[in-house]
Amino acid sequence: MLQLVLTGVLYLILVIPVGRYLYHIAAGKHTFADPVLDRIDDVIYKIVGVDPHRGMNWRQYALALIGTNAVMIAIGYLILRIQSIGIFNPNHIGSMEPSLAFNTIISFMTNTNLQHYSGESGLSYLSQMLVITFMMFVSAASGYAACVAFIRGVAGKTKDNVGNFFSDLVRITTRVLLPFSLVGGLLLVWQGVPQTFSENIVVETLEGTFQVLATGPVAALEIIKHLGTNGGGFFGANSSTPMENPTILSNLIELYSMMLLPGACVITFGKMVGDGRRTHQESKKPEHALPAHREGMTARLFGAEGRSIFLAMSVLFVIGLSLCFWAESQGNPALAEAGLSQSMGSMEGKEVRFGVAQSALFTTVTTSFTTGTINNMHDTLTPLGGLVPLLHMMLNCVFGGKGVGLMNIILYAILAVFICGLMVGRTPEYLGKKIEGREMKLTALAIIIHPLLILAFSALAVATSAGQAGITNPGFHGLTQVLYEYASSAANNGSGFEGLADNTYFWNITTGLVMFLGRYLPIVLQLAIAGSLMKKSYVNESAGTLQTSTVSFSVILVFVVYIFAALTFFPALALGPIAEHLTLWG
Amino acid sequence: MNEASNHTAFFRGLRQMFGVTLILLLLCGFVFPVLLTGISSMVFPAQAGGSLVYADGRAVGSKYVGQEFTKPYFMKGRPSAYHYNTYYEDAQGNRYYSDGSPFAGVSSGSNNYAPSNPALIERVKADIETFLAANPDVTREEIPTDLMTASGSGLDPHISPASAQIQIPAIAKASGLSEAALAQIVEDNTQGKLLGILGEDTVSVLGVNLDIAAAMGLISVNGN
Repeated sequence: MLQLVLTGVLYLILVIPVGRYLYHIAAGKHTFADPVLDRIDDVIYKIVGVDPHRGMNWRQYALALIGTNAVMIAIGYLILRIQSIGIFNPNHIGSMEPSLAFNTIISFMTNTNLQHYSGESGLSYLSQMLVITFMMFVSAASGYAACVAFIRGVAGKTKDNVGNFFSDLVRITTRVLLPFSLVGGLLLVWQGVPQTFSENIVVETLEGTFQVLATGPVAALEIIKHLGTNGGGFFGANSSTPMENPTILSNLIELYSMMLLPGACVITFGKMVGDGRRTHQESKKPEHALPAHREGMTARLFGAEGRSIFLAMSVLFVIGLSLCFWAESQGNPALAEAGLSQSMGSMEGKEVRFGVAQSALFTTVTTSFTTGTINNMHDTLTPLGGLVPLLHMMLNCVFGGKGVGLMNIILYAILAVFICGLMVGRTPEYLGKKIEGREMKLTALAIIIHPLLILAFSALAVATSAGQAGITNPGFHGLTQVLYEYASSAANNGSGFEGLADNTYFWNITTGLVMFLGRYLPIVLQLAIAGSLMKKSYVNESAGTLQTSTVSFSVILVFVVYIFAALTFFPALALGPIAEHLTLWG
Repeated sequence: MNEASNHTAFFRGLRQMFGVTLILLLLCGFVFPVLLTGISSMVFPAQAGGSLVYADGRAVGSKYVGQEFTKPYFMKGRPSAYHYNTYYEDAQGNRYYSDGSPFAGVSSGSNNYAPSNPALIERVKADIETFLAANPDVTREEIPTDLMTASGSGLDPHISPASAQIQIPAIAKASGLSEAALAQIVEDNTQGKLLGILGEDTVSVLGVNLDIAAAMGLISVNGN
């Protein structure tokens, strides 16, 4: 318990400077590394022919994002199909079959990183680097770029310029992802994560038998998969494998790598929105007016609007973590009946070095921040312990993946002000802009896509024999496996109830579609909302304006998120994890 | 005119998309992993190469990867669906796990049994019986949770201190070492929590067995 609190407190301390740094990069402000990195960026811009100062409107931005991602998908697919060539392939891995390659490439481009293959036997080192590691950088950078464009839109400094996509993509890669990865990667190697191009090692054991030790350029992939909230793993068992996550320290490095940037995005949002407002207010003010009241410390650190969002996300997170930790600590009553002491909690599928506490924490973090890496097997979690990761992927806004989580919670914030506006009978406003019919239609559409994808495809899977064939655990848990797979795909999370036998045409193609739609439809709609909001003029605050920078707004937001989730997902959850819980404990 | 400028805009866009893809491919997919490999091999060569553990001058395992042990004088780890990727070869070069089933190739993971899955209960019951037969001094209630449950990776190098201690009497009988000496070996291979708070207390099974092998004279040089 104490270790969970300590980890959380340390996070709150670390996220503030990172948020500040990210804000400076997003807003194009000066950072300490500019003298070096400006030159590198300039060289890249010159080769590619990009003018970083040439702004785009939201349509051009969305088109550039999707077009670039399409090019990346094409090149990555090609490499997977020809990976059997003898370059960086000491373990002689064959080429990947088309439906699996389709699934894999969509999975990694959309920041999902769902894996229907096992890294040890399915990928050459060349693919691990040029496809997997590469995609992990650029999918994270794409998500972040979309988020920054979205913030520029809602912060509304100009009427139609949301920034230059290529410049955002390059800046986030060279200034955040690459330097952070290099330092973090070295720390992981120090802790015992291999980084080598040699083939797997075979040793003769003390008993005269043999053991194969899988190695490879693991640390490079390991660090960016967390930093970019990607997920997936170099090896089949992901970050539970000791070669990916050997110590408690490596576990903490991986935890913080996935938590820092999504949290920092919220701070970036708070500060940029604050900037936009301030410029607006100052332009309206007479020249000799007194300065406005000073903001409190947290408002300055997080930005007033960012603070209430951050608080709401934290509340959702802590509730989930508490439930997961409690459920796992209770152990498995079926095993207790079989005569095995459950004093350590439910240890099936968990590593001794992490125990119940660090496993529950990792599980909640990886699904809240939609990373999808795992340090314990989610399929073996107790029913309520497994409900938490499932629910957080269904909510998809508890911090969320790099950039997109923030965009999702802003949708809920818009929904919240809309509902509150209805209750008092006023036109809702958010961030100083009127929320009207067009924005509400787009918001409703963007919010409904996620549950529609999850529930419709789950229904399809349980209704067809091709879908049912993948289920490996009997009873209610089988439905949870299916729900989990599509929730993970739609939320672009990528963790799995790994028991699911999912490397089949049916599962490869359906989850591929869900990942694709779950990624790009919301991003386009969200950019459209930003594009629509930025055209509007600021409205002056009045007594009837709902304050969105307050604690009470955070509370409203939490309720809106839970109510929406209950309305859409409760029946499915009742048939899956809740029913399993009742049968186990009943 | 308008069409022509549309065309140039289209091709400029295409050039930018391909250009940025290729440059980032080179930077993130090649330069970064190669650079990290280079630095790692200079600064942390042992870890970068897999943290191998040596005995009598040859590698016998990795510090961070668990192994399967079957001999009665060695400490046992947790159950693993892939037998910790440990196998033996017959004269024809066919590879088998210790239970005689064919070796599946290098893997990681578990059977992913749900808590409500009857197969999990059966496996645990069978493992308990095997363990009680090998450790007659131990009662069923004393067996710690971790020792009878599979890890997520199937490669867990650790067991809890309690799981190590209850194996001591049986190992003492089989190895001829005193229980006090074995308790000392377990303590030497126990790692506490980070800062006394973070993580769990762990015992390295391979570490214990290397020390047992050294104490029994099976290997001359202790790999640690």
